Amino acid sequence: MTTATFAGTPVDTNDEGFFTDPDQWTEAMAPELARDADIDELTDRHWQVIRFMRQEYFDKGTGPTVRILGKSSGVSVKELYQLFPKAPAKTAARIAGIPKPRGCI
Amino acid sequence: MVTRVVILGAGTGGTLTANRLRRRHSSSEMEITVVDQDDRHVYQPGLLFVPFGMTHPADIVRPRARQLHDGVTFVEDLIDRVDLEAGAVHLAGGAVLGYDVLVVATGARLVPEETEGLTGPGWMDKVFTFYTPEGAAALAAALAAFDRGRLVVNVVDMPIKCPVAPLEFCFLADWYFTERGIRDEVQITYATPLDGAFTKRTASEALGGMLEERNIELVPDFNTGEVDGTGGRLVGYDEREVPFDLAVVVPLHGGAEYVGRSPGLGDAVDFVPTDERTLQSTVAPNVFVIGDAATVPTSKAGSVTHFEGETLVANIEHYLAGESLEASFDGHANCFIETGFHKALLIDFNYDTEPGPGHYPGRVGLPLLKESRLNHLGKLLFQSVYWHSLLPGRDLPGVGSAMPTAGKRAV
Repeated sequence: MTTATFAGTPVDTNDEGFFTDPDQWTEAMAPELARDADIDELTDRHWQVIRFMRQEYFDKGTGPTVRILGKSSGVSVKELYQLFPKAPAKTAARIAGIPKPRGCI
Repeated sequence: MVTRVVILGAGTGGTLTANRLRRRHSSSEMEITVVDQDDRHVYQPGLLFVPFGMTHPADIVRPRARQLHDGVTFVEDLIDRVDLEAGAVHLAGGAVLGYDVLVVATGARLVPEETEGLTGPGWMDKVFTFYTPEGAAALAAALAAFDRGRLVVNVVDMPIKCPVAPLEFCFLADWYFTERGIRDEVQITYATPLDGAFTKRTASEALGGMLEERNIELVPDFNTGEVDGTGGRLVGYDEREVPFDLAVVVPLHGGAEYVGRSPGLGDAVDFVPTDERTLQSTVAPNVFVIGDAATVPTSKAGSVTHFEGETLVANIEHYLAGESLEASFDGHANCFIETGFHKALLIDFNYDTEPGPGHYPGRVGLPLLKESRLNHLGKLLFQSVYWHSLLPGRDLPGVGSAMPTAGKRAV
């Protein structure tokens, strides 16, 4: 476990950069987390996904996979890859301050 | 009072649950009804060997009803929906089965139509799956006629049944073309959404090394957005392309269709939310789940289903007795990985332990994470164990449900 600072506040993250305590996250941290993932600006569409990720995490105990996001978040899989390139579920989880979705076993 | 247990699905999980319960409870005490849409029980691990002519579909399919003990009622019908509030299952033929305990054991369903182009032009011509008896048999003919070009093996997305099967397919293809003397004419590529050869770190490194030794190209982090059968290419969501002359695709998986028609039963892809330790569903206390139908975070595999059986049956009994459930399932999975040339590798792991080196089930036993002839023989022998011990719901001698630690080296 390491400590990182976002929006001037120290938070706990694991070695892959995921928050270990989602309650430490605030919306003000998201733009900085996004820049770490090479996303310059968070649009409304990004925010729709980020809020959905957090809701799913708090409801179900794990973040959704990209396929579940495509079916349930209102954003298609194709657009998810445009918004969060390479690994949408992982990148969006990091920006949303939740642990890595444990979809793949 | 007779307790009514309805089990949906007569595959590995449904069959062994029915048989275990029947042995432990008399008919005057418990009525056991099993529903399935057909009477064909497929020994699914055998599908891998069909494309290489090592077995035939007829040799791996048996009637479902015959695998169930006397005193278990088998109903062959489509399931329309489950009414959780009423505690009843509605069948397509109109029958309604009331239950005190419901066991969901309907496994995973292939949904190739969810991937753009996959079932379009080229499907079953130069794009195949070996995850069905029909697909595996058609692929056998295509492989026999294939003498040069690019063979691409692709997993669209996780979860899939038997996550090692596509790797085994690559290893067997390498062996198959070597035996035919044309290995140099065939390029083999494995395109996977994972960041390595397998989901678990240590095994992923070992298996990745084995791909490299065999000159099988690994394309990691590949998320298939489209299969273009006419143009012969997989197109990733990130716009990368993987060209092929013959594609072997493991399609997306979902739960059974009736789960989606049953309010409150399943998640967005029709798997049933399940407690990973007790195997009780989280949607209703009298609904239990075994095997691939559950959301539990371990491999979708027959070995897992077998190991779940003991916990499942114990917890159904605890539930009926009004007792608290035991959180005893540890996620134990045990998989033989065929590597060709009469050899196989074995991995054994659970929720907390990575598949590493050592021996199974104890200090003396089958070598873990290491190719050997003994493991290959074990894999072949297992088919008989499956029909004669595992489905009847017997405990296998020397093989406990909880993952053994004695023979394992720490990783």
